Amino acid sequence: MSAHPHPDYEVVIGLETHVHMKTRTKLFCGCEVKYGDEPNHHTCPTCLALPGALPVLNEQAVDFALRAALAAGAEIRPSSIFARKNYFYPDLPKGYQISQYEEPYCTGGSVEIEANGATRRVRLTRIHMEEDAGKSVHAGGDSLVDLNRAGTPLLEIVTEPDLRSAEEAGAYLRTLQSILRYLDVSDVDLEHGHFRCDVNVSLRPHGETRYGTRAELKNLNSFRFIKEAIEAETARQADVLDAGGTVQQCTLRYDPKTRTTSVMRLKEDAHDYRYFPDPDLIPLAIDEARIARARAAVPELPAARRARFQQEYGLSAEDAATTTSSWTGSVFFEAAAKEHGDGRTVVKWFLRDVAHALKEQQLELEDAQRQFTAGALARLIRLVDQGRITAAVARELLPELVRSGGDPETLVAARGLETLSDAGALEQAVDAVLAENAAMVARIRAGEDKLVNALMGQVMRRTQGKADPGAVRAILARKLAGR
Amino acid sequence: MDRPPLGTLPELREALDAGRTSSAELVGAALERAGSLGARLGAFVHLRERAALAEAEAADARRKAGRLRSALDGIPVAVKDNFSQAGEPVECASRILEGYVAPFDATAVERLSQAGAVIVGRTNMDEFAMGSSTENSARGPARNPWDLARVPGGSSGGSAAAVAAGIVPVAFGSDTGGSIRQPAACCGVVGLKPTYGRVSRHGLVAFASSLDQIGPFARTAADAAAALAAVAGHDPRDSTSLPDPVPDYAADLSGDVSSLVVGLPREYFVEEGVDPGVLARVREAVETLQAAGAKVRELSLPHTRHAVAVYYLIATAEASSNLARFDGIRYGRRAVGATRLRELYERSRSEGFGAEVKRRILLGTYVLSAGYYDAYYRKAQQVRTLLRRDFEAAFSRCDVIATPTTTDPAFRLGENVKDPLSMYLSDVYTVAAPLAGIPGVSIPCGFVGGLPVGLQLLGPPLAEGTLLRVADAYQRLTRHHLARPPEAAA
Repeated sequence: MSAHPHPDYEVVIGLETHVHMKTRTKLFCGCEVKYGDEPNHHTCPTCLALPGALPVLNEQAVDFALRAALAAGAEIRPSSIFARKNYFYPDLPKGYQISQYEEPYCTGGSVEIEANGATRRVRLTRIHMEEDAGKSVHAGGDSLVDLNRAGTPLLEIVTEPDLRSAEEAGAYLRTLQSILRYLDVSDVDLEHGHFRCDVNVSLRPHGETRYGTRAELKNLNSFRFIKEAIEAETARQADVLDAGGTVQQCTLRYDPKTRTTSVMRLKEDAHDYRYFPDPDLIPLAIDEARIARARAAVPELPAARRARFQQEYGLSAEDAATTTSSWTGSVFFEAAAKEHGDGRTVVKWFLRDVAHALKEQQLELEDAQRQFTAGALARLIRLVDQGRITAAVARELLPELVRSGGDPETLVAARGLETLSDAGALEQAVDAVLAENAAMVARIRAGEDKLVNALMGQVMRRTQGKADPGAVRAILARKLAGR
Repeated sequence: MDRPPLGTLPELREALDAGRTSSAELVGAALERAGSLGARLGAFVHLRERAALAEAEAADARRKAGRLRSALDGIPVAVKDNFSQAGEPVECASRILEGYVAPFDATAVERLSQAGAVIVGRTNMDEFAMGSSTENSARGPARNPWDLARVPGGSSGGSAAAVAAGIVPVAFGSDTGGSIRQPAACCGVVGLKPTYGRVSRHGLVAFASSLDQIGPFARTAADAAAALAAVAGHDPRDSTSLPDPVPDYAADLSGDVSSLVVGLPREYFVEEGVDPGVLARVREAVETLQAAGAKVRELSLPHTRHAVAVYYLIATAEASSNLARFDGIRYGRRAVGATRLRELYERSRSEGFGAEVKRRILLGTYVLSAGYYDAYYRKAQQVRTLLRRDFEAAFSRCDVIATPTTTDPAFRLGENVKDPLSMYLSDVYTVAAPLAGIPGVSIPCGFVGGLPVGLQLLGPPLAEGTLLRVADAYQRLTRHHLARPPEAAA
């Protein structure tokens, strides 16, 4: 298995991605969308499919879906249809899933990705809305059904067969994740099953323009599994073709333990879902005013923001990419940069020291920003710039600031953390350190210059990090030179 | 001895207002009659004895306090077994729903309660509303009060029989291909199928969602108007519900048909395959309207001959999907001893559904299957559009269309069971209206061999007021609706 493109064949990949929309309620009833509660707690006659219950479309889901379509530059249909996809399964209470089939609410559009140092445009076939099924739990000899998830709104985002490697597939999914989070239509939280992917893979000799026969990998729910599954399936199909065989159109599952794909069913055994328009729902009409409202809710997207941060704040490509990878992070950074005035200084603090403090406090920025504001970060950095506190003191303060908030100036003043630049006090501290480290002083004087840093460190410790490092270094140099 | 039959709403209201009776007494009489005569007719599948009496007493208290809620306050009514009502068994006359007790009210039930009407029981029906005779019932067939050896029509046969027998003055049913109008004709009562979307389907157990519509049975058009007013109107819980305001139907009953144009579609007056007595009664009824000043105009509905085929393609397709939820997993009947999922499905559904329901699920599954969808379902939808246009064109030339409701008076029990196709063909006059989404009413227009005949009036969308006005005008001029079946006279 190779992570690199196959030497003999071109890999052709298309993705069908299902993401949970973060609406308050389900797609066709008023039940709350919520995870982790007691099984079947969030259910009602509609999502239990009791006799006589009817679906009513969640308008918030439509607005979210519109936002996603506009972000992808897709074409929105003025009228679209919800259809029934009929099949029997215990976690599908109605015996059909309401989905969009022949006339989805939008078609076309694209997502721009960066992979292997190049920018590529991945075309979308369509995006449509549908409801999720419940969950079957097999415990011992029993099968149990939890319908809390049944009816959760999903977006299914379908690409053209435009991806050419597992890396590109990964880049596409990460880009999609970041866009959907920017749009605030989905948390795309993989751990909570907000995300599932079906992957179509086919091979063809380099230079061939027709597509090979595809196989579909079903229900992958992590970026890593998707990458591995594509690699495993590429290897399997290459083996078949190398042996002179032909690939059968089929549906596959991927086993992460053995890292192999295996056939679930061949094309001729495919389900007949008997799709037809759901007569309980009228066609969804979307007018220009509604599209305009949705457009107003589409923020600057990650790619544009990345470019702007490079230009406006002079960030490196890498720093701009990291800063804009999350919506919250990008907003926080920009607010701090604006307040402080120098984005390049702020980005260093933000990506290194703030990230470190959050990790140490086991906090996410999303939570910490309630007490720790971008303004506080800007003021903290300014105290360092002005020489009123040392960088070391600022770093010491950060974990407390992200956890409990507070104003840096007030904290510094209350605790007497201002930089120690009183020459007398510094001389005293240096003298004490030199006296305690006579052996080291001798070695330095014998030429081991690097040991000076160790003495610096001791002086800083002695002054609780408050000593002005430039002044300390000058005094040390003078005293070591014997003056 | 049976209690005497209940009168019409104005008669009951007059007796209540005069203090000669009470709601408790009326509801008690209805329950008693439902238990005796109703049992002989197989009209009811469930009676709400205790709850109905308590509700009647509450209505009496309101009457005393001068806080009556509506024209139906304290009046005993019945609903078909496919209306969801909280705390009541809802079985659609099917074994597969055995033991299912609904946790919620259908909108129609909720509105009846708000109007103060007292639901005394649930009426018999063809299983899941599939049939024209109320013979396809897991609870045994219902019978026609005019002749116990004959069917009351269907699928709302229990509701029609209960009104004809004077057990309740008003009952509700559902019409998908004629399930209100046809039993109304067979039992000699008024049966109104409103415009699609006029009455909320929320809580009506679905047979064919694009066709199903709730409507009332009564002995007079005026009572049907009051009954419709109680349940009609927009409901946000049904996406197909119409937003239009509900007119004051009762106020529109002017008795005036002088400026009315009645259309007679020639395709509905072909003599072949129709009882000549039925055609004669319908023609006489049209003449009565003419004598009262209405103009008559012959016209054509050219796609009529496709209506039965289109209906059975669309209705079965939708039914095959609507009935998928009855799978033995969450409620209702579950096969005992099944060890595998597939076996659980197959056995629960095989044991739970009757033959006609299975036949229609199979048909509908076939109609929607890959490779046949375009030839059947899609084509049927296209012809449905043509049928709708037929009516649009016709209503540009007339106000209402008059036709027979059925080809024959009520047939004998068992006469058609062996031949589903001829049973389907007997729906020929009633299936077009639900396909076009338009309202229709059947009113008694005389007798053939002692059995009632129905006149069907069809109108453009939301013309319920016009249909009721014409029906009421006709009833002011005739006495057919006053005749009591021999069974009910006691």
